[in-house]
Amino acid sequence: MATTEQYVGQPMLRKEDAPLLAGQGTFVDNQTMAGMVWMELVRPPYVHATVDAIDTSAAAAMPGVIAVLTAADLEDAFPGGLPMVWPITEDIKLPTHWPLTKDRVRFAGDAVAVVVAETRAQAADAAEVVMVEATELPIVLDLEEAAKDEVVLHEDLGTNVVVHWSHGGAGDQSVFESAPVIVQERYEQPRLIPNAIEGRGCLAYGIPAAGEYTLISATQIPHILRVGLSLATGIPQAKLRVIAPDVGGAFGSKLNVYAEEALALALARHLRRPVKWIEDRGENYVATTHGRGVLHDCTLAGTEDGKILGMKFVELADMGAYFQLLTPGIPELGGWVYMGPYAPDAYWYEFRGIMTNATPTDAYRGAGRPEATYVVERLVDAFARRIGKDPAEVRRMNLHPPFTEATASIMGLQVDSGDYEPAFDRALEMADYSQMRKEQAARRESGDVKQIGIGLSSYIEMCGLAPSNILGALRYVAGGWDAAEIECRPFGQIVVRTGTSPHGQGQETAWSQIVADGLGVSPDDVEVLHGDTSVTRLGMDTYGSRSVSVGGEALRRAVEKVKEKARTIAAHELEVAEDDLEWSDGAYRVKGVPDKARTIPDLATSAWTAHALPEGVEPALEGTAVFDPPNFTWPAGTHVCIVEVDTETGKTDILRYVAVDDCGTVINPMIVDGQVHGGIAQGIAEALYEEALYDEHGNLTTSSMTQYLIPSAMEIPRMELDRTETPSTTNGLGVKGIGEAGTIASPPAVVNAVVDAVSHLGVTEVGKPASPERVWRAIQDARGGDA
Amino acid sequence: MIPAPFDYVRAGSVEDAIEALVSREDAKLLAGGHSLLPAMRLRVARPATLVDIGRLSDLSYVRADGDGVAIGALTRHHDVAASEALQEMCPIVPYAAGQIGDPQVRHLGTIGGSVAHGDPAGDMPSVLMALDATFVARGPSGERTIAADAFFTSLFQTALAPDEVLTEIRVPRAADGWAYLKFNRRAQDWALVGVAAVRSNGGARVGLTNMGLTPLRATGVEDALNGGADPATAAVRADEGTAPPSDAFGSAEYRRELVKVLVRRALEEAMA
Repeated sequence: MATTEQYVGQPMLRKEDAPLLAGQGTFVDNQTMAGMVWMELVRPPYVHATVDAIDTSAAAAMPGVIAVLTAADLEDAFPGGLPMVWPITEDIKLPTHWPLTKDRVRFAGDAVAVVVAETRAQAADAAEVVMVEATELPIVLDLEEAAKDEVVLHEDLGTNVVVHWSHGGAGDQSVFESAPVIVQERYEQPRLIPNAIEGRGCLAYGIPAAGEYTLISATQIPHILRVGLSLATGIPQAKLRVIAPDVGGAFGSKLNVYAEEALALALARHLRRPVKWIEDRGENYVATTHGRGVLHDCTLAGTEDGKILGMKFVELADMGAYFQLLTPGIPELGGWVYMGPYAPDAYWYEFRGIMTNATPTDAYRGAGRPEATYVVERLVDAFARRIGKDPAEVRRMNLHPPFTEATASIMGLQVDSGDYEPAFDRALEMADYSQMRKEQAARRESGDVKQIGIGLSSYIEMCGLAPSNILGALRYVAGGWDAAEIECRPFGQIVVRTGTSPHGQGQETAWSQIVADGLGVSPDDVEVLHGDTSVTRLGMDTYGSRSVSVGGEALRRAVEKVKEKARTIAAHELEVAEDDLEWSDGAYRVKGVPDKARTIPDLATSAWTAHALPEGVEPALEGTAVFDPPNFTWPAGTHVCIVEVDTETGKTDILRYVAVDDCGTVINPMIVDGQVHGGIAQGIAEALYEEALYDEHGNLTTSSMTQYLIPSAMEIPRMELDRTETPSTTNGLGVKGIGEAGTIASPPAVVNAVVDAVSHLGVTEVGKPASPERVWRAIQDARGGDA
Repeated sequence: MIPAPFDYVRAGSVEDAIEALVSREDAKLLAGGHSLLPAMRLRVARPATLVDIGRLSDLSYVRADGDGVAIGALTRHHDVAASEALQEMCPIVPYAAGQIGDPQVRHLGTIGGSVAHGDPAGDMPSVLMALDATFVARGPSGERTIAADAFFTSLFQTALAPDEVLTEIRVPRAADGWAYLKFNRRAQDWALVGVAAVRSNGGARVGLTNMGLTPLRATGVEDALNGGADPATAAVRADEGTAPPSDAFGSAEYRRELVKVLVRRALEEAMA
C-alpha cells in the first residue's frame, strides 16, 4: 500500500521482536534434522602441554558413539588451517592454527579430538573418557614475561612477539621530551569475556553425493564465513551455503571462522550425516575469543595552562595462543583515535602483539577503540590533576574546532565531520556539572564516609568499516563494501536483501523505514531478508558499527535505482515525458496535475505483468547497489558519570549517568537509544565488574557467570541520553553508526569518576575494573603514604 | 552443562525419602535444586541417585511455635520472605530470605536446602546462627533436634547423617533489634561478606557469612559487647577466629577488614 508518512526518524517498534518474544526464534539449537548426530570436543585439562598419546578406545566403546577422531584421523579434511585475514605488517609471524591441535595444547580451549554420538549426553559422556597423555610445559600469561621469550608458544616462530606495528608518528616528537608538563602513566586493561546471551553453535549437513554442504551457524558473518570455511575445508564456495539464523548477540565474538564450524562441516562430509554442536557456557569462556588484554605506557605533553601538545602511546597487546580471524588488527583499529576529539600537535602510537597461553583475543564491542579511548581519557584526567585544573575545563579548551567537510586529522586519516563542543556543553548542562562539584566539595568538607566523584569522557570513534582502498593499504585481505537488493513484488510487497547480518541490532526495522520513505510504502509491506548466502549473494556482514553507514547506504542507492526505472515506466503509462514527472507524496505525479500519478506498487505490478512496458525496458522492478564507502564515519560525544564511593568498603554506586552522542542522522531513535543503553551497560561492566582472572597454573578462575561478574539490571543506573546531529559526509544518509559508542565512551567516564571521588584522599589510580577491593586498597595505600 | 548419568526417585513422604537414602548408594536429596543441579551440570557433583523431595508439600509451612516460629524445611525463600508471622516475630529471617539470589531462585530454592547444603556463603545459615535456631532432623531411628552452633561442621558439611532428612527450622522471637548486612558485588550474588546481628540481653548475637569454612558466630564481638564495649570498639574484633577465603570477589585480607566495617554498621543498626 502506498503511503506518504515519514518513517525515518520515528521510534518505530522493532518488527523482528514478535517471534523472539514468543519463543519462536530460529536459533541454531532450536533446529533439528533427521539422522542428526552430536559433536563434542575433547579439550584436555591442560593450558600448555605436549600431546604424547591419545587413547580413544574407551570412548569409542561408549553407548551411542559413532566416531572418535583426532587431528591425525582428519589429516585430509583440512587443506588449510583456520584463516587469519589481517596480516598487518610484512614481517608478521603467523602461527599455524588447525581445528584440532596436532601435538601441543597451547590454551585451555585447544581441542585434541572430537566425539560424535547419537545424543548430546552420549557425546559428553564419551568425551570424558578420551585418554590424553600429555607432558605439561611452563605457562606464560603476563605480557611482559611473555615478551622475554623464556616460554615460547610456537617454537617454529622462535618468539612470542609476533607482530610490531607502528603508526609512525606525526608532528614534532620532541614535545615528549621538552614540553613544560610531561605526564606519564601506565594503564592495564584486563581480558574480557564477550558473553553473548546465546553461545556459539552450528549444524552442518549436505548432499554428499553432490558435494554440497550447508552450515547453519550462530555467526555474525555468514558471507565471510563461507569464504573462510571453503579455504579451510576445500568445499568450493559454489557448493557451500552458510546460514545465520536468529543469532543471540555476538559483540564481535561471532565475527570469526572457528574450529568447531570447520569440524562440523568436515564431519558432515566424513560421516554423511547432519552434525550439530552447541557450545556450553564453560566452553564459551575458554574457546570463544576474548577482548581487551592490553597494557599501555602513555605520555602526554602539555602546558601549565592546560593545552595538550602531544599524545604518545606504546602498547603491549595480548594475542592469546593463536591468531583468530582479525586478532592482530584489533589494536591497530584503535591506532587512529588516540588523539580523541582533541587537536594535539604531535601523535605517536605503536603496539606489539604478544602470544600467551590464553584464549585468542579478537574483536569485542568497540575493537581497539575502547582500549584507546580508555587510556586517552584517563590520561587527560591525570594531566588535569597534575596542573590543578578542572578536567572539564582542560577538555573544552582542547576540543578540535568544528568542521562540516572531511578534514585531515593529526593521525593521518580524514575525519568526515565533527562538532564536539555542543555535545560536551550539553552533557555538562544535563549533569548539572558545577552544582555537582559544589556537592562534592561539601561532602569532602564534612568528611562523609560516602564521597562523590564526577567522571568525564569525550571520545571520537572510527566506524563504518570500511573504505576498501584503506583496508587494502592496511593489508586487510577483504573489502569493506556492502550490498542491497530491492525486489518490488506485484501488488505492493517489497523484498529487501541486505548483505549485513543483524543479530540483535534491529536492521529489519531500520531498513524498512528507509525503504518505506524512499518508495512511498508502509514499513509493514517491506520484508527484509538477510543472513543466508543463498538468499543474499553479496555482503560483508555486521560488525564495526558498519551496517547502516555501509549497508544502509547501499540500500538507499538501491532505492534510487528502483525509482529511476519506475520513473521510466510511469512516464510511459501517464503518456508524458520523464521530465514532466515529479516525486511527491509517495508517487510519481505529473507536474501541475498531481492526481495523474503512479505509485511504486502500481509500477511494480506493471513491471511484473509486463503487458505494456516501454520499448527497451526489461520486466521486473528491481534495484541492486553495492556501496564502497569513501571514508570511515566518525561518531563522537561526551559522557558524564557521577558516582558515590563508600570510602570504608571501597564500593561504588553510580548515582547518575549522562550521555550525549553524535551518530549523525538517526533512522530510529528508539533503536539508537537501545544501542547506547546496552553499550553503556557493557562499559560500566568493564569499568566496575568484569575481568578474566587466572590462577598460577593458567586456569581461568572466573570460569562461569557465578565468578565472572556481568552486572544485572540491579547494578545499572537509569541513563540520561541526548544527541547532537552532525551528518556524516561519507554517505547519503548522513549516518555514522552507534553500535559501539556506549562501550567506547563509558569505561573511562566511570573509572575517572571513581578516582575523582577519592582523589582528595591522595588516590591517583585504582585500576580497572574498579572493584571495591581495588578502591579500598588504593585508599589504604594513599593513607599509608600520608602517615 | 550435561550432568553425568544418575537415577531419579521421587519421594512421596519423608519416610519414603529416608528409605531411599538408606537403600541406595550415594543418594542425594533434591529440593529446590539451586545449588545441587548447577554443580551436577558442571559434573562437580555426581550423585548416583537423586531423591526428589520437592513435592512434599507438608514440609512447606510457617507457623507460630510457642514463643517462636517453626518453618518447614521445604518452604521456598519467597514464602519465607513473605511470611507475616516471621515479619512479626523474627523479621531478620524474611529480610535475609529476600536477599537470596533473584526472584527465580527465591521461588524454587528452599530454606531447608540452603541450610542442609552447608554453604558458608549462604545468607540463611549465619542468620540462623545469630538466632540460635534449632534444626529438626528425621532419620531411620526417629527425630532429633540439633542446635545451630553444632549443625555446621565444615565446608558443605553438616551434622545431618547421610540418611537423615532436615524437616524443620525453629527460630525464637527476636523482633527488638536486628540487622542483616549483605555485601556483594551484584544483587544476585552470594555475599562477599554478610553480617547478621540480633539484639539480646543488652548485647547482641552476631553471625558471619562467608568468613570461614562454616557460617560463624563473631564470638569476640559478642564478648566485647557483653563486657560493655560500644559497637565501634567491639567491631574491631570481628575477624577473630575467622578464616575467610580469597576468590574472584575479594581477598581474605580485604574480607577481614570489610567484616569489621559491616559488623560495626550492623550493630549500630540493630542496637539503635
